[in-house]
Amino acid sequence: MLELLGVPPQVLFGQLLLGLINGSFYALLSLGLAVIFGMLNVINFAHGAQYMLGAFAAWMLLKFAGVNYWVALVLAPVLVGLLGVVLEKLMLSRLYKLDHLYGLLLTFGLALIIEGMFRHWYGVSGQPYPIPQALAGGHNLGFMFLPTYRGWVVAVSLVVCFGTWFMIERTRLGAYLRAATENPVLVQAFGINVPVMITATYGFGVALAGLAGVLAAPIYQVNPLMGSHLIIVVFAVVVIGGMGSILGAVLTGFMLGILEGFTKVFYPEASNIVIFVVMAVVLLIKPAGLFGREK
Amino acid sequence: MLKKLLAGTATLALAAGAVTGAAQAQISGDTVKIGVLTDKSSLYADVSGEGSVVAAQLAVEEFGGKAAGKPVQVISADHQNKADISSNIARQWFDTEGVDAIADLVTSSTALAVQEVARDKGKVTLISGAATSRLTGDACSPTGFHWAYDTYALAVGTGRAMVQEGGKTWFFLTADYAFGHSLEADVTREVKALGGEVKGSVRHPLNNSDFSSFLLQAQGSGAQVIGLANAGTDTTNSIKQAAEFGITSSGQSLAGLLLFISDVDSLGLQIAQGLSLTTGFYWDMDDETRAWSAKYEQKTGKKPTMVQAGVYSSVLHYLRAVDAAGTDEGLKVANKMKELPVKDMFAKNGKILPNGRMAHDMYLARVKQPSQSKGRWDYYDILRTIPADEAYQKAELSGCPFTKK
Repeated sequence: MLELLGVPPQVLFGQLLLGLINGSFYALLSLGLAVIFGMLNVINFAHGAQYMLGAFAAWMLLKFAGVNYWVALVLAPVLVGLLGVVLEKLMLSRLYKLDHLYGLLLTFGLALIIEGMFRHWYGVSGQPYPIPQALAGGHNLGFMFLPTYRGWVVAVSLVVCFGTWFMIERTRLGAYLRAATENPVLVQAFGINVPVMITATYGFGVALAGLAGVLAAPIYQVNPLMGSHLIIVVFAVVVIGGMGSILGAVLTGFMLGILEGFTKVFYPEASNIVIFVVMAVVLLIKPAGLFGREK
Repeated sequence: MLKKLLAGTATLALAAGAVTGAAQAQISGDTVKIGVLTDKSSLYADVSGEGSVVAAQLAVEEFGGKAAGKPVQVISADHQNKADISSNIARQWFDTEGVDAIADLVTSSTALAVQEVARDKGKVTLISGAATSRLTGDACSPTGFHWAYDTYALAVGTGRAMVQEGGKTWFFLTADYAFGHSLEADVTREVKALGGEVKGSVRHPLNNSDFSSFLLQAQGSGAQVIGLANAGTDTTNSIKQAAEFGITSSGQSLAGLLLFISDVDSLGLQIAQGLSLTTGFYWDMDDETRAWSAKYEQKTGKKPTMVQAGVYSSVLHYLRAVDAAGTDEGLKVANKMKELPVKDMFAKNGKILPNGRMAHDMYLARVKQPSQSKGRWDYYDILRTIPADEAYQKAELSGCPFTKK
């Protein structure tokens, strides 16, 4: 049989696809982080906890209100996003005049509190969340079995990533946003309500994390620790892509997902550190990240 | 005559007083102090965690709060599944806090580290959470006890049963640390002994969340059985994702080599149904286990896992031994523990082997179908009792240095 690097091509293609699927989670999460950092200059360490909240919101909606997956897909991110808005209004907005570090510490503390509460209430084993009927099953692609649901995750992620990029880089609203981050006083002078725009941006970034959480719920258990597992990797993705770069976050997310998938085939023991090795190398060669601009 | 009698009584009374006095002086720090060292925050927190602390307290309560006339105290700490943190806490507990015995010790790497510290200091370890059979093998200790289960018993239970049902070829998904390695080795031995074959294995990092790559490799191996040599959320995620990738529906079967009732609860019967597993305890075995589990559930809102029930049993037996020996000095209590039979709701006819292994009956169970279950926690059909002698290895064969002949 034809083999590449001692691995049958089927396995290789399978891993490529799996990497893409995992990458779509990295992309979706790092996208939210990049939006928040790019527009607000806040390092949102609560992103993992907000992702977990998205999954829990979907689970609670199903369990206590009988709300199905499709409705939860819209409703849960909105709820989590609103929570983000409240958070921004009550706490974050007071810190903009201070150093970045204060925002980081605040969101990190919040993440610990939120995760601690959910761990206390629901334990660490996780709650089951079924795959919606319409997306159950899968297709045999010849080289691997592709669960329909995973295909769906990739599709949603691609659409959302492209939509967000388009909105920020190609629309008038996006132009205002970008201008407001460069010179808020001037933009305000044009009659645009900058504080509201900033609040909405944070809410949107948080809602993206919530959406990723809902998408993840049927694959992983709905687990209080799911965010803390992922957040460090996602931060590495954002750093490698270039802090605040939307395109960088998305492309790096997919790329690193694939790289991680291959590591799992060739040297599984290293699969949870390979991303950090890449991060170290990138920071040495290009400190602003692959797609970042040096200021 | 009367004089003689009086004198005799007086002497007896004096002697008795002297004896009790001496016995009391033998309890260090005037308290019997038991530390529950466990995972309170990470992937094994539901398997052991706070539940183990409650279980230890229930044992102390049942014993009347005192052993050898001195009060018993339970303290606890989170070792975060890290060997260095756990041995630091153990050292501090032994040296400055007067802890006499450490219980639970979930996660094999932490248990191995703490048993080492305890051996040097002559203190007792009552291990229920960890699984590796090395604890009573090459790493055994004269004051170390391994209570609820071990990888050898899991291999004999689930491993053997799967091969006998026709699963001759195996592929392992193994958690990459002491426990996973030990479980893989023990099951491999069973599989080969019964004429089966191991086609390969893949080692994944502890506390992984995505198993799809590893499952794909297992699928590609074409093995009949995929052995999950992992535990906690690692196992539940593996099982869930195996269902998603159509592995179970395409003819390969999964062997959850270590599955706790908390895992089944978290998966839900829809996904967990039909899995076979080996357990040292099921709350719904008889009136005694039901009564104790109800007491436990009142305090925690959950039914106990075999680890938590094991912590209760080990602490209870330890207190009995302290009482009988009249001291909390490690080696003396340990020897007394080995003399006394183990008899409580957890182990009906347990005995402690010279290498510290508490041998008791194990059970082969199968997870019920949703239609058969009467509600939450009604999860297992017990298929078979595995007698203690079969479930656990003889001490002479364990590789424990001081039991070799």
